[in-house]
Amino acid sequence: MSSTPPRPAPAGITAPGIVAGRLPAEALADNFTDVLPPLDRHEAIVAADRCYFCHDAPCVTACPTEIDIPLFIRQIATGTPEAAARTIFDQNILGGMCARVCPTEALCEGACVREMAEGKPVEIGRLQRFATDRLMAEGVHPYDRAAPTGRRVAVVGAGPAGLACAHRLAMKGHEVTLYDARPRPGGLNEYGIAAYKTPGDFAAEEVDWLLSIGGITLETGRALGGDLSLEGLREDFDAVFLGIGLGGVNALNAEGEDREGVQDAVAFIAELRQSADLSTLPVGRHVVVIGGGMTAVDAAVQSRLLGAEHVTIVYRRGRERMSASDHEIEHAQTAGVKIITDAMPVAVHGNGAVAEVEFAYTEDGPEGLRPRPETFRLHADQVFKAIGQRLEGAPGGLDLAGGKIAVTGAGRTSLPGIWAGGDCAAGGDDLTVTAVAQGRDAAEDIHTSLMTG
Amino acid sequence: MADLSTNFVGITSPNPFWLASAPPTDKAYNVVRAFKAGWGGVVWKTLGEDGPPIVNVNGPRYGAVWGADRRLLGLNNIELITDRPLEVNLREIKQVKRDWPDRAMVVSLMVPCDEDSWRDILKRVEETEADGVELNFGCPHGMSERGMGSAVGQVPEYIEMVARWCKKHSRMPVIVKLTPNITDIRYPARAARAGGADAVSLINTISSITSVNLDSFSPEPMIDGKGTHGGYCGPAVKPIALNMVAEIARDPETYGLPISGIGGVTTWRDAAEFLALGAGNVQVCTAAMTYGFKVVQEMISGLSQYLDEKGMSLDELRGRAVPNVTDWQYLNLNHVTKARIDQDLCIKCGRCYAACEDTSHQAISMSPERVFEVIDAECVACNLCVNVCPVDECITMETLAPGMVDARTGRVVSPAHADWTTHPNNPMASAAE
Ligand SMILES: Cc1cc2nc3c(=O)[nH]c(=O)nc-3n(C[C@H](O)[C@H](O)[C@H](O)COP(=O)(O)OP(=O)(O)OC[C@H]3O[C@@H](n4cnc5c(N)ncnc54)[C@H](O)[C@@H]3O)c2cc1C
Ligand SMILES: Cc1cc2nc3c(=O)[nH]c(=O)nc-3n(C[C@H](O)[C@H](O)[C@H](O)COP(=O)(O)O)c2cc1C
Ligand code: SF4
Repeated sequence: MSSTPPRPAPAGITAPGIVAGRLPAEALADNFTDVLPPLDRHEAIVAADRCYFCHDAPCVTACPTEIDIPLFIRQIATGTPEAAARTIFDQNILGGMCARVCPTEALCEGACVREMAEGKPVEIGRLQRFATDRLMAEGVHPYDRAAPTGRRVAVVGAGPAGLACAHRLAMKGHEVTLYDARPRPGGLNEYGIAAYKTPGDFAAEEVDWLLSIGGITLETGRALGGDLSLEGLREDFDAVFLGIGLGGVNALNAEGEDREGVQDAVAFIAELRQSADLSTLPVGRHVVVIGGGMTAVDAAVQSRLLGAEHVTIVYRRGRERMSASDHEIEHAQTAGVKIITDAMPVAVHGNGAVAEVEFAYTEDGPEGLRPRPETFRLHADQVFKAIGQRLEGAPGGLDLAGGKIAVTGAGRTSLPGIWAGGDCAAGGDDLTVTAVAQGRDAAEDIHTSLMTG
Repeated sequence: MADLSTNFVGITSPNPFWLASAPPTDKAYNVVRAFKAGWGGVVWKTLGEDGPPIVNVNGPRYGAVWGADRRLLGLNNIELITDRPLEVNLREIKQVKRDWPDRAMVVSLMVPCDEDSWRDILKRVEETEADGVELNFGCPHGMSERGMGSAVGQVPEYIEMVARWCKKHSRMPVIVKLTPNITDIRYPARAARAGGADAVSLINTISSITSVNLDSFSPEPMIDGKGTHGGYCGPAVKPIALNMVAEIARDPETYGLPISGIGGVTTWRDAAEFLALGAGNVQVCTAAMTYGFKVVQEMISGLSQYLDEKGMSLDELRGRAVPNVTDWQYLNLNHVTKARIDQDLCIKCGRCYAACEDTSHQAISMSPERVFEVIDAECVACNLCVNVCPVDECITMETLAPGMVDARTGRVVSPAHADWTTHPNNPMASAAE
């Protein structure tokens, strides 16, 4: 897989400092279209034909939402993509987004028997997109709500976890109020995922489509810890689900970290995702990204796509420890991003604004990671911190585990009547699909406890 | 979701998908798994008379024919009827029917050709409260050497006689399963009706040798250096089965006789085609043996989506294509079509050109730029180019409207129907009306 590397536009690319308009508009449009174009009907049939319809298929086990993949692919192969979409949505109501953003090489496609046999898995993600796009294009919502139960549930956070939870609860006949602190729903689908994975306004369209089941009242601009309190919600509702993600950002702990030009990668990406005109979005000529995960890769790649001339990712441990997958690292390298490993920042130099970042080489010993005396400097007019997000603003009174909300079973917190799922809850990978699975499972558990309790 | 519930000769099931009598229905364990997966009914693996159980070979039982990517297209088997004790099968049938009252439970039978044997087994099956029986007159190997299976199915008089015994000695619906190893399927079907059978089911397997081992020079599957013919089934046999079903559906002497369609049903489309040709339901064996019981879920979702899209009920689909099955002599010779190549879709592979140039009518031209075009003056509209083109919808057949000139014959297309029965070249032609 490859994305088109930025077209040279010499005037803009070499301009010093953090400036907008490094690339002409059509180059930007090209760079930010679908990284993987959708399959057409014939391509889908050919791709579907490669599925062996494995018994107890390993791809299903590898999917956190356990979509019945062989069944939906067979449904595509036999000319019924709408039925295929229903098979997907039964398990994962955000199957459309997951088809675009899941690291499939580490999930379903990584487990495909044809990956083992030939290194060429069935293209499950793209087939999933083919089916879900087809059904969503029909503009009808495929699910009906059960008879009203008279129960009311508050869902806090309209990211993948909260949306999946709210949808499943609405389907079961409960009344849901969905709160989010931000002006738009979608969570990181709307503010975080790389723009070239979900071009257009897909995230917002998907949320509208999901909410069209009815029974979900969306209230944006309402924050837990702001005008909402956990005690208030517990009083007003029969159950509460928390899907508030990870709002905080870790610090570098390097001297000069507060210099102008040093920025949080997630905030940069959010700004990019919300930008109506990418030619007005400023980016540096020399960009340094510190971190080794998906956020680091996305900030680096999108800087390049905006026209940054030199982009370097620096990670403190070895490449094999980077949490970005091989596939993503390769994608970054194809886009022209340089990757340096085994180095950590010790100081940010500059005269007001950042000019250079100084790194020390590291060594991993029995006492953990340590800087070595030897250092080097990278030229930088923009620095992105992508060294992990952490839970911020979790209501007091909840037990934590590893800095996240502690849960047992299907998302039960230490307080009765309160469930949590997605990135803010302990356990599972921080992925869209995992958030969907946890939101869905918590909804099932809430339903059981409301109907039997 | 369209209503797929089915009533076949008084036997109800939640959908028209039954498992055919074969290994998938040989014991309670399999049948319960099938019902859990959603199958509407089963025909239990054929039971024989009481006594020492049947023995099977201890080497391979199956041979196969594959398509691209090792897709299983045809399967052949030399398995006999159930090799488990009669008592065990009957006990399990009774229990499963009790546990799954909404599913169809039909018991397949094959006993020697005398009235007492049939009367005895029918009594015992009746005690299980099964919904009906299917008489296996189809098995083409092993059992036929002992005067049963297709040895009975190939003699219409025997079919009629046994069907009559069964109706006499049982209150259960009787389905006669026909063998395709005959020259004209209408004769055994008529015999079944004459004997009072409630329905026929078809086809059982076709006598076949799937391949020959070119090192040991024996047919496959090979048992200690020898092979024997087996029974062929799976996607490859569907066209043969469809034709036989249609023949019975449109024969005035068997018209209206309920038919259970069997042979190569692999997807919902195959099932819909059998239903359109008059089958009341379908039975499946090879598709389940290839993919497991879950395939039924695609069949159910596909058929109901199709019916919903057509705004049609299952009853309205049933038999809908039968009036359009006719004899060659009645086909309209004034219906003229020409192949059309969509240049936007053409990928310039040239397969149509090779096929027409080498093996048909030299009716496709090829330019140095690899543009392929139909020469109307040569095109006989055989459809071969359409069938070999790898691109869907790229080559299609266009019907010439009345009044247009067929460039091949120079004749104006007539709006009137004209077929062989009135054609001047036909010495038997009757004058056109
Ligand atoms: C840059 C980036 C790229 C990523 N790319 C991928 C990818 O390609 N594939 C993938 O699978 N995963 C990716 N992820 C991870 C994925 O986005 C998350 O795992 C997923 O969004 C978690 O869902 P969630 O619902 O738990 O939280 P979020 O998506 O974070 O949603 C939480 C919501 O809660 C709201 N909220 C927070 N606090 C409060 C409060 N106090 N009151 C009210 N509302 C509140 C927020 O506004 C937000 O809308 C990426 C993450 C990042 C940061
Ligand atoms: C291994 C095997 C064993 C079979 N045994 C029986 C049997 O005992 N009785 C019977 O009526 N048909 C038997 N059949 C035939 C099937 O019931 C069915 O008629 C045939 O396979 C065609 O359907 P299909 O193309 O869906 O497989 C058998 C088929 C196979 C493959
Ligand atoms: S399927 Fe394979 S393992 Fe099972 S009985 Fe047949 S030969 Fe043996």
